[in-house]
Amino acid sequence: MESRKKAVEIRQVSKTFGTFQALETVSLDIYDNEFFTLLGPSGCGKTTLLRMIAGFEEPTTGQIVLHGSDIQSLPPHKRRVNTVFQSYALFPHMTLEQNVAYGLENLRWPKDKVRARVAEMLDLVHMSKFARRRPQQLSGGQRQRVALARALAPEPEVLLLDEPLSALDLKLRQAMREELRALQRQTGLTFVFVTHDQEEALDMSDRICVLGDGRIQQIGSPREVYENPANRFVANFIGETNFFDVDVLSVEGDQAKVRTPMGMELTATQKHVRPGQKQATLSLRPEKIGLDDQASGQILSGTITSTNYLGGFTHYVVRVGDADIRVSRRNDLSDTPTLAEGATVKLGFSPAATRVLGQ
Amino acid sequence: MKDFRFWGLLPAHVMMALTLIVPILIIVAVSFATRGAYGGFEFSFSTEAYRQILFNEGWTGELEFNPQYLLIIGRTVILAALTTLICMALAFPVAYWITLQGRTARVILLFMVTLPFWVSMIVRVYAWLIILGNEGVIEKALKLTGLVTDIDTLLFNSGAMLVGMVYSYIPLMILPVFASIEKLDPALIEASHDLHGSRAVTLRRVILPLCWPGLAAGAILVFVPCLGAVLEPILLGGGKIMMMGNLIQMQFGGARNWPFGAAIAILLMVLVMVFLLLNGLRATRRAMEEMT
Ligand SMILES: Nc1ncnc2c1ncn2[C@@H]1O[C@H](COP(=O)(O)OP(=O)(O)OP(=O)(O)O)[C@@H](O)[C@H]1O
Ligand SMILES: [Mg+2]
Repeated sequence: MESRKKAVEIRQVSKTFGTFQALETVSLDIYDNEFFTLLGPSGCGKTTLLRMIAGFEEPTTGQIVLHGSDIQSLPPHKRRVNTVFQSYALFPHMTLEQNVAYGLENLRWPKDKVRARVAEMLDLVHMSKFARRRPQQLSGGQRQRVALARALAPEPEVLLLDEPLSALDLKLRQAMREELRALQRQTGLTFVFVTHDQEEALDMSDRICVLGDGRIQQIGSPREVYENPANRFVANFIGETNFFDVDVLSVEGDQAKVRTPMGMELTATQKHVRPGQKQATLSLRPEKIGLDDQASGQILSGTITSTNYLGGFTHYVVRVGDADIRVSRRNDLSDTPTLAEGATVKLGFSPAATRVLGQ
Repeated sequence: MKDFRFWGLLPAHVMMALTLIVPILIIVAVSFATRGAYGGFEFSFSTEAYRQILFNEGWTGELEFNPQYLLIIGRTVILAALTTLICMALAFPVAYWITLQGRTARVILLFMVTLPFWVSMIVRVYAWLIILGNEGVIEKALKLTGLVTDIDTLLFNSGAMLVGMVYSYIPLMILPVFASIEKLDPALIEASHDLHGSRAVTLRRVILPLCWPGLAAGAILVFVPCLGAVLEPILLGGGKIMMMGNLIQMQFGGARNWPFGAAIAILLMVLVMVFLLLNGLRATRRAMEEMT
C-alpha cells in the first residue's frame, strides 16, 4: 500500500466555522485507484472534509495536495476532481446529455469528442435510452446514475461522493452499491466516498477512515476496523459489541493479560494498547459468543432476559452477574430452537476473540 | 352543483362584465363611430379612425401616408422595451445581492424596494424633475467636475423619460426576480463550479436560465405599463415627446377626436396582447419540451 502513488494528501488540515471547530487537525493519505470511505455519525465533519477537497470550503489551517501539487489556491472549477452530490444537483433545464456534456464543454473539449464521451458515459450507467429526457422525468435511482455519469465524464483525478445512496430505498441502495463498486473497479478511479452507514462502508471500501467528534478515530481496511477497532468509539460505531472495563496486567506483542471486574483473568488480543496503559476497555462481539452446546473456551453462566428473533439471527441479552451481555446466534442448518426468556444458559467464548481497545 | 357554481360566481361575472368587458366594447364601438362636429362622437359606422393612424386625407380625398403616429407608436414600443431591458440588468444584481443577506436584512431590503409604492406616482416622478432640473443635484455635480460647463437642460428628452420610467417600474422587476433567485438550489451553483464552470459560465448557463421565469414575469410587469405610460412623458418629457398614452389622452381631451383616441387605445391593447401571447407561447413550448 505504502508504495502506491498518493492521490490526495490531507496535511494537518483543520476547519473552524466561526467559533465552532468542525474538524480538528487531521492528516491522511488517499492512494490511487482506491475506494476510500469517510465513515462517521452525523455532524462529524465528513462533508466538510469532502468540500475542502472539492474547494467549496477553505481549510482553516493545513493544506490539501492532489497528485503532488498543492491545490490550496485553486478555485473549485480549476480542480480536477468532480463530485456526486447527495441531492444529485442535476441541472433541471438541461437534458441528461446536456448535463453530462456540461463539464466537458467547460473544459473546451472538441464537439465530436464531447459527443462520444457523453454517449460512452450514459452507456456506462445504462441511461442511453433516456439521453434526451430531463432530470425531472427520472426516478431517484436513474438520477443517481446520471449524476455519476456527469461527474465521471470530465475524467477527474479523484471522484468525490457525498452519501450518494442515502436518498434511495433499501433494495435500490443495495443494487447501486454493487454497481458503484463495479464501476470503480472498471474505471480504476480513486473514489472518496462519504457515508454514515457502516454496512455500506464495510461492503464497498478498500479502506475506511472512521471520523468521530471532528477527529480521525481509525483508518484501516474493513476487516481491520471491524476486527480490531482502535477504541471504544470505533467498536461501538461499527457493528454491535459488549464492553467490559478491565485492568491491564501485562502486554506482550499482540497479547494482553487483563482482569475483568468479576475477577476473571484473560489473555486477550490487543493492537492499540499504549505502553503503560493501566485501564482499558475489552470488546467482545455478540457473534463470537456461543450458547449452551456451542459454548466453548471461557465458560460463563447466566439468565436470558430478552430474545429478538431477526430471521437469519436471534439476538439474546443474557444477565451474567450484574452485567448484560449481548449474544447473537445464527439460525443455521441445525434449525436451533429459540431459547426462552428466563432460561439459564451457558456462555462460552475464546479469549483470543476479545479485543483490548486503546483510548 | 353546476348551478351553484354559476349562481355563486354570478357577482364576479357581473363585476367582470361591468368593469372589463362592457368598457372594452364601448371603446371598440366608439372607435368605429364618427367624430362629432363639436367633440364626442356620432353613431354612424366608419373605419375612419383606424385609417387616420396611417393616412391623412388630402383635399381631394386622396390618401397620403402620414408617419407621424407610427413614429409615436414606434417610440413607445422602443422606450418600453429599453426600460424593460435596463430594469432587468439593474434588478438582477440587486435581487441577487438581497438574497445573499441575512433573514432580517432581507425583509428590510425588500420593504425598502416596495417603499416607493407608498408615495403617489406623481410625487415620485416630480422628484426627478427636481433632481434632473436646472440647478438640480446632477447638473450641479457635473458642473463641479468641470468637465461639462454648458448644460442646456437634462430634462425634456427621451433620456429623462427613460430614467423616470426605469425608476418607476424597477420594483416590479426586482420582486419576481428575487423570488426566482431565492428558489434557486445553491447545490446547482456548486455543481456548476464543480464541473469546471467559471463564475461567468455559471451565471450564463445555470443561474440566468433558471431565473428566467422571474425575469419574464418582471418583463411583463414592466413592459405593459410602460406602453401606456402617461406621467413620465408629460413631466419629464415636457409634453414635447409624446407616447401612445399621451396621444390617447389628447384625443379625448384637447383634440376632441374620441374615435381616433379609441382606435389608438385598441391598438395599444392589441400590442399588449401580442406581447403576452408571445410570452405565453414561450412558456408553453418550454412546458412541452419538458414533457417529451
Ligand atoms: N457553513 C457552516 N457554518 C457553520 N457550521 C457548519 C457549516 N457547515 C458545517 N457546519 C458544522 O460542522 C459540523 C460538521 O458538518 P458536516 O456537514 O461536515 O457533517 P457531516 O459529517 O457531513 O454530517 P452528515 O452525516 O449529517 O451529513 C456540523 O456540526 C455542522 O453543524
Ligand atoms: Mg454530510
